[in-house]
Amino acid sequence: MSTTSASPLHLAVALDGTGWHPASWREPVARPRDLFTAGYWADLVTEAERGLLDFVTIEDGLGPQSSHLLLPDERTDQVRGRLDAVLIASRVAPLTRHIGLVPTVVATHTEPFHISKAIATLDYVSTGRAGLRVKISARPDEAAHFGRRTIPRIDGYESPAARELVTELFDEAADHVEVVRRLWDSWEDDAEIRDVATGRFVDRDKLHYIDFQGPHFSVKGPSITPRPPQGQPLVTALAHWTVPYRLVARQADVGYVTPHDAGQARATVAEIRAEQEAAGRATQPLHVFADLVVFLDDDPAAAAARRDRLDTAAGQPYTSDARIFTGSPAQLADLLEELSGTGLTGFRLRPAVLGHDLPAITRGLVPELQRRGAFRRTYEADTLRGLLGLSRPANRYAAA
Amino acid sequence: MTKPLKQIHLAAHFPGVNNTTVWSDPRAGSHIEFASFAHFARTAERAKFDFLFLAEGLRLREQGGQIYDLDVVGRPDTFTVLAALAAVTDRLGLTGTINSTFNEPYEVARQFASLDHLSGGRSAWNVVTSWDAFTGENFRRGGFLPQEERYSRAREFLATANELFDSWRGDEIVADPVTGTFLSDAKAGAFVHRGRHFDIHGRFDVPRSPQGRPVIFQAGDSEEGREFAAADADAIFSRHATLKEGQAFHRDVKRRLAKYGRRPDELLILPAATFVLGDTDAEAEEQAREVRRQQVSGATALKHLEFVWNRDLSSYDPDGPLPDIDPDVGEEHIARGRAQVRMYRDPLATAREWRALAEANNWSIRDLVIHTGNRQTFVGSPATVARTIDDFVQADAADGFILVPHITPTGLDEFADKVVPLLQERGVFRADYEGTTLRDHLGLAHPDAARGNERAAS
Repeated sequence: MSTTSASPLHLAVALDGTGWHPASWREPVARPRDLFTAGYWADLVTEAERGLLDFVTIEDGLGPQSSHLLLPDERTDQVRGRLDAVLIASRVAPLTRHIGLVPTVVATHTEPFHISKAIATLDYVSTGRAGLRVKISARPDEAAHFGRRTIPRIDGYESPAARELVTELFDEAADHVEVVRRLWDSWEDDAEIRDVATGRFVDRDKLHYIDFQGPHFSVKGPSITPRPPQGQPLVTALAHWTVPYRLVARQADVGYVTPHDAGQARATVAEIRAEQEAAGRATQPLHVFADLVVFLDDDPAAAAARRDRLDTAAGQPYTSDARIFTGSPAQLADLLEELSGTGLTGFRLRPAVLGHDLPAITRGLVPELQRRGAFRRTYEADTLRGLLGLSRPANRYAAA
Repeated sequence: MTKPLKQIHLAAHFPGVNNTTVWSDPRAGSHIEFASFAHFARTAERAKFDFLFLAEGLRLREQGGQIYDLDVVGRPDTFTVLAALAAVTDRLGLTGTINSTFNEPYEVARQFASLDHLSGGRSAWNVVTSWDAFTGENFRRGGFLPQEERYSRAREFLATANELFDSWRGDEIVADPVTGTFLSDAKAGAFVHRGRHFDIHGRFDVPRSPQGRPVIFQAGDSEEGREFAAADADAIFSRHATLKEGQAFHRDVKRRLAKYGRRPDELLILPAATFVLGDTDAEAEEQAREVRRQQVSGATALKHLEFVWNRDLSSYDPDGPLPDIDPDVGEEHIARGRAQVRMYRDPLATAREWRALAEANNWSIRDLVIHTGNRQTFVGSPATVARTIDDFVQADAADGFILVPHITPTGLDEFADKVVPLLQERGVFRADYEGTTLRDHLGLAHPDAARGNERAAS
């Protein structure tokens, strides 16, 4: 259902290397040699916070980037290598005060127990601004980095065999999120009692085994980390078809979708809402954000020229699962307003070149939206859930 | 000729989940809020300590089938809190305890390499092992590892992680926008590891970090643990903090190094140490007795006795005599998720000894636990404590200490203000950091990736 919050439209930015265009690192503003320093990431997140954005997501994977969807490459002309996204988020948390921090987590190869306490800890170090973006990995090369399972090679997501594999991976991801969420609730908020008279530090009746059993893992609990400040940090996922829509509808607080026009946006939102209803979550707030890649310049012709220049450097035109927008901040504001009439509640923008398009968002798009009364003028809440109009959830294990 | 003065290394162990932590003290703050960790780290950095140390336990402890509720319970994720601490400190080393049983090398290597980048070369890894199915119940693999395999897995885990760290030489990123070359080597990060515990291959995705590899700590005290340390570690977190035990341990471990082609100064021995300060030695002694009573409540004393007796002793009066019944020497132990119980290898003998002690001294259960438990390592005025620490280090009982205060988060403040200046005056502790990385602080060489690669290839 709809959510109540001060800002009519929500904005997030997706951080990935020097930007989403593969030639972005070659731009003069790109700072590619700083990619592996804390200062680089602190500057980006600080800039996003300057623009009052709801949150940043940080891309990650358990293997090097590749120009192929599911296979490694040996290219030397693009950014390869990255830092752990949860640790980047944590490193910048003490340097920021309001903006949400949403690192990517790969469910396929990680331990839900470790992920749950890591995001809970991110919530502590950011005093209530943490979330995660969960994803699967269907890449055989990433599976070989772990050696625990073999993932067969697929050449896309279309064939029945591919769909079957991906469905299984999403089912596992849904279990992963379920465990992560139960562990966050495995401590009641008032479990720590420090009762000097009886010598008890905790009330163990308020610590709960989660006793999760599933085909891929079983987890006993409770967590070693107390319930985080937000109770349940934000869970988000990117989704392109029914199976991941279902994950979003059942488990997430925010889903990212990739409609290319208003009609697709309307249809996608309807499908997610139907899945939500089927899952009995119709009354739960769930945001659906559209992802857009953006090339922004005050002069639309300059944006187009920049995109051409980048494509030439890359040797081929840039393509994306998401719609690619090229134009001025005012034109982008028009598009966002149009799309938000379809039931979308916000947008996750993927800057083509972070050093250029992120400030264009914070210093161009945001003031434009503010003038139109479509975006916040100040941070109105202390937590990420608060910024998104989501209340602090009751603990599933607490006696009513 | 006199021996040159050894420089002392000092580290700070966050109190947290530890039976020496006194949470009932009115000064005790949060064990989970980031502000506590930030205060503790800033104090350690103000005092020019080498590093901060975090322990870890991956399942809440239980005793008698229930979660143990008398000590501090709950801690943050190690990597995540260390990354945040890197933002509020500039020089302090950041040492995390990370389990080699319930993790995978690729993920742990990328987390340590990331932490090393994000802290400008200040990361260290205390490699620990566990095997118990109890902890395994929280993880994908469950309780998969026989006890005797744990060091074998730990050593291969560390060797594999080192291969991943060394899979980048450090000069591959050229990022030349004119030629369009980002990487000079299309195979940067390529690795193959085929071993008994790990069979993995592919490409590591974190370029070489400032320290090359994190500093490696080892904490086990067994024969295998000592051998592991001598072969592969840069430092040992030991328990032997008395002069004689420390010297014996120091000799034992350092003599093992030659076999691995290593020099004595390539492995630091840093025992855990507690302390109580007072204006005078007498005042400190009085304080120390009070702290011991705070640490060992009547309820805690009974639970501690259960470690040895392995029975439910809740019906006993902690202020009364020791139980007449003998310990249960069965396989299943009443206390779970706790390494401490393994110290009592012969519970029947320990019980006999304790009963005799209690009788001779007219001690209650609580008195006995207070007296037989670990007394604080250093008790005295700042001058006494500074002199004692210096004496221990100069006498090769240790190369420094990992201090474990009993109050969170302010328990280090007084040491920083009163003892550190005296050590500096003695010329045995740095007045300021001389380098930027933890390897610099500890006087350890930076590993040579090229040499590592040659070894891996041969």
